[in-house]
Amino acid sequence: MEPRSNIVERVVADDADGLLARWQELVAASGAAGPGRIRDGEMQKQCQAFLTALIEGVRSGASTVSEPAFAPARAVLDDLSKASAASGFGPRETATFVFSIKQPLFERIRSKAGDDAAQTAAACWQLTELIDQFGLYMVDVHQRIREEVVRRQREEIAELSTPVVKLWDGILALPLIGTLDSSRTQVVMENLLQAIVDQNAELAIIDITGVPTVDTLVAQHLLKTIAAARLMGADCIISGIRPQIAQTMVHLGVELDVVSKATLADALAQAFARTGRTVTRRPALSR
Amino acid sequence: MDHIPILKLGRALLVSIQADVHDRLAKSLEDDLARRIVETQARGVMIDISGLEIVDSFMGRMLDNIARVARLLGAATVVVGMRPAVAITLVELGLSLNGVRTALNIERGMRLIGTVVSDGSGDEGGAGLETIDEPDLG
Repeated sequence: MEPRSNIVERVVADDADGLLARWQELVAASGAAGPGRIRDGEMQKQCQAFLTALIEGVRSGASTVSEPAFAPARAVLDDLSKASAASGFGPRETATFVFSIKQPLFERIRSKAGDDAAQTAAACWQLTELIDQFGLYMVDVHQRIREEVVRRQREEIAELSTPVVKLWDGILALPLIGTLDSSRTQVVMENLLQAIVDQNAELAIIDITGVPTVDTLVAQHLLKTIAAARLMGADCIISGIRPQIAQTMVHLGVELDVVSKATLADALAQAFARTGRTVTRRPALSR
Repeated sequence: MDHIPILKLGRALLVSIQADVHDRLAKSLEDDLARRIVETQARGVMIDISGLEIVDSFMGRMLDNIARVARLLGAATVVVGMRPAVAITLVELGLSLNGVRTALNIERGMRLIGTVVSDGSGDEGGAGLETIDEPDLG
């Protein structure tokens, strides 16, 4: 039996152009480069780049993907995975790119090793191992990129859903939408306190119309926010408690020891009263 | 620094804490403040902590203690100028300084003390700033 690098190297490196052509054909046929997907020309170039890098790596005797000799090959796959994840492909389409090189490689093993069954089996095993590693590597990269996207979107949602609105001189409103967990409470708190400083506010209305449920944990988060605002010298009013939520809170024994109103309008009226303002109605101006 | 200056503004006392306070300094501040409240018949104590970037549980307890002592001596305490990060830390530590009034800045604090003083004493509206030029207080 030939040493590992020899047979693998011969299979991969001899007549690289022929191998490349056959592989590109298969990649195109597998649909990874179909209409609306990665462009044909682009795919051909990627195939070529990966094959060149693969040959280099095999020649240097490396046997696992993580070895430095395969760094260029990994770089090609990184780029490809990024492009594929960005255009919304799943891990299957992404990894098919690498796996489709197996067929032409095995065809070559058959022609090179001839009738020597032991050698064929050995070469098959070595190549399968290597190519599988590359495939898994691509899936890993793909997964990482998707997770990154999810993480970024979560941050964006958190920022979007915690605005602090100035209602009047010194009166802020904080319309909360969605469930309050501890990380969001932190963001809400920071935004509110910064706004209190910036706007010189003395009253903040926390509107929980958009909060689906108020359990003991959410109540605790609300109370924390209120306590922090109080330390900065601003009072809080809670508004927008829906009837069912009020009932649930009473059943659960959740105590919100603050002024609360049913609607934002009531809370604003209360805020006006506390800051010594009155609202009067006059005949409407004609337009 | 072995003393924190206590300034008198009418019937209120103003303490500005600019640096980290260690045990001895806190003790001397509590002593001085209690003495000064009695001496000046102050009705309000304002503690400005806008210079503090870090407030630990020790500082929180000190503020609480001062407020209690002041209340026993008939003066209301207002903590002013707390930074957002400090407020969050205190809440996370579970110290919400319930016995202490708070205000965003000194101006608001003075106004608050003014209302507290006039509410609490009932005498000729001794609102903090206005009492500065009353001769009997000098």
